[in-house]
Amino acid sequence: MNETASQAEIALKSSFERMKNAGAQSLRRGAWEAFSRSGLPNKRDESWHYTDLRAALRAVAPMSGETKTATSAIERKQASCRFVVLDGAFRPDLSDLSLAPSGVAAQSLREALAHGEAEVLAALAGDVDDPAVALNAALMQDGVVLRIAPGTVLDTPLEIANVTSNAGAQSVYSRSLAMVGKGASATIIETLEPLAPSEAQENHALTLRIEDGARLEHVCTVAPQAGAAVRVLSLLATLGAKSALNSFCLIEGGGLLRRQVFALLAGESADAAFCGATLLRGRDHADTTLQVRHEGRGGKSREFFRYVVDEQATGVFQGKVSVAQLAQKTDGAMQSKALLLSDGATMNSKPELEIFADDVVCGHGATCGRLDADQLFYLQARGLPEREAEALLIQGFANEALRLIAREAMRDMLEARVATWLARRDIR
Amino acid sequence: MLEIKNLHVSIGERKILDGLTLTVGDGEIAAIMGPNGAGKSTLSYVIAGREGYDVSGGEVLLNGENILGLAPHERAAKGVFLAFQYPVEIPGVATMTFLKATLNAQRRARGEEELQTPDFMKRVNEAAARLGVAKEMLRRPLNSGFSGGEKKRMEILQMALLEPSLGILDETDSGLDIDALRVVSEGVNALRARDRSFLVITHYQRLLDYIKPDTVHVMARGRILRSGGAELALELEESGYKDYIVEAA
Ligand SMILES: Nc1ncnc2c1ncn2[C@@H]1O[C@H](COP(=O)(O)OP(=O)(O)OP(=O)(O)O)[C@@H](O)[C@H]1O
Ligand SMILES: [Mg+2]
Repeated sequence: MNETASQAEIALKSSFERMKNAGAQSLRRGAWEAFSRSGLPNKRDESWHYTDLRAALRAVAPMSGETKTATSAIERKQASCRFVVLDGAFRPDLSDLSLAPSGVAAQSLREALAHGEAEVLAALAGDVDDPAVALNAALMQDGVVLRIAPGTVLDTPLEIANVTSNAGAQSVYSRSLAMVGKGASATIIETLEPLAPSEAQENHALTLRIEDGARLEHVCTVAPQAGAAVRVLSLLATLGAKSALNSFCLIEGGGLLRRQVFALLAGESADAAFCGATLLRGRDHADTTLQVRHEGRGGKSREFFRYVVDEQATGVFQGKVSVAQLAQKTDGAMQSKALLLSDGATMNSKPELEIFADDVVCGHGATCGRLDADQLFYLQARGLPEREAEALLIQGFANEALRLIAREAMRDMLEARVATWLARRDIR
Repeated sequence: MLEIKNLHVSIGERKILDGLTLTVGDGEIAAIMGPNGAGKSTLSYVIAGREGYDVSGGEVLLNGENILGLAPHERAAKGVFLAFQYPVEIPGVATMTFLKATLNAQRRARGEEELQTPDFMKRVNEAAARLGVAKEMLRRPLNSGFSGGEKKRMEILQMALLEPSLGILDETDSGLDIDALRVVSEGVNALRARDRSFLVITHYQRLLDYIKPDTVHVMARGRILRSGGAELALELEESGYKDYIVEAA
């Protein structure tokens, strides 16, 4: 990168140099070196082919500073024990630390790194090889570290709320970790919630360590952001033997968004499901890229994604399921479907299988289509005006992904968000 | 109630309805029988307002008003209900949600109050019990994975809730087992009223044993070729359509 370093990369380097006192120095240095080898990814990088981060980050915004926001300004959308990361900084004053259920320990990432906590450093050392993840590791400002003790069964969801204030063009790098102990069972909600639309450049990562026999429900919601915003959201999950992860993500466009999931089914008979619904309009660009790797025997993975793409928006789905030679009896199924609501809407899908074991059942399907005329007429013949008939069909299309959320209250809340998004379609 | 006058309809270059004329009086049950491809479903779609048909002549009057210029949902609000020959699957939309949306859309269009959930639930549950539709089915996505017979029952359930003034039943009997045929017919008979008419399209006399038609019309080649009373259906059962098809040659 050195010879050809762009303005943006020079700016990132100076941000990195200012992280000298932020702890985890050798980890950061390693990550920076990894990032430097490739630089900001662009169309020539296979996994970033449809989302040119280099072009989007031509001008790098300064790192976020301290933000003062009243507690009341951060709306609560669901009952949860909430941990707020505001503009990249964990905010105990805005979080429900005293309400944390027994068996749950919460701490700021900054503190964990300052103390050089081995468990946290080890979890971070397991990062995958990806330039945006490497950049996150080099520049992570703060985040929350959640430890769920073995055997703990939680009913109340734990929420990691990544909130950005409307401080204009600022860069935010947050990293949170959740370590779900053996046999524990929990729900983690992850939200990206701008207080007001801004041109923020955000890079958030969540590392999940799901130990043997543990079960985790993960529900992520990404609220709309301004058109000039650039957001990268990474999920790095490692699953132990007989553990289960059911992960859902609702994306409501806004600017450029790349969500990436890196999952490693390390133990035997691990069970992972990644699902999502993405709603896009205007010039929204949202990319979901999955890399699910089976290393343990008898693992099972499901990927199920729905995209609703209107106006000039672009959806991207890339899913790669790879099965290592030792991962016999793997069962994998991946499906993505897109509904294009206008001539200007675009969908790029690239499902891939990479199988080195011989005794596996894996399949994938990707379709892209328009609203069905027979279905529309049926609803209209029953009395629904055309727009309402369309809205009901679109809602139904999204619901097919939403129904995979285990918690009914969450499902209802997300259904309502889809309905709100659809209602705006009529106003335009 | 319904007056169809000299209706001409084509799809692309192909003429499907060729000067069809038919009158159905208030409270009347009119049966339409005719060979495959006669244009029966096309007629029902054109009455309900489906796109893609070129109506080159004629009128369809509902209570004296020509409805051909109206959108399908406007016709529905005026009381047109089509029980589809092939009900459409709507994935992801719970049957209950769909029923409530359609019922209230029609009420809004007519300037009536929307039904509140308890009142709505009561009506749905009563109709479902009468038609032998399990409550569990109402929670499932509409028609998705329903058996052929279940879909047909669901059509009649919808008709019972929407209380149309003109019910068009396009081969509602096909796919029904013997018991379901009786239950569904009873459901239709329960809806008989002086201000409600039915157009019953069928291939089989058996349905007409349960739903006694006032008039029977033979349709072939896009027209009504003969009309009569209930006895005409029995005659057709004996003779088939050969007389009407021969005329075509
Ligand atoms: N969309 C279409 N495009 C071309 N031809 C069509 C279309 N729809 C119907 N037709 C033709 O119009 C004719 C009448 O069809 P229709 O479905 O109305 O018949 P029908 O009387 O209902 O028959 P059946 O008893 O088999 O249900 C048929 O020959 C059919 O092939
Ligand atoms: Mg037909």
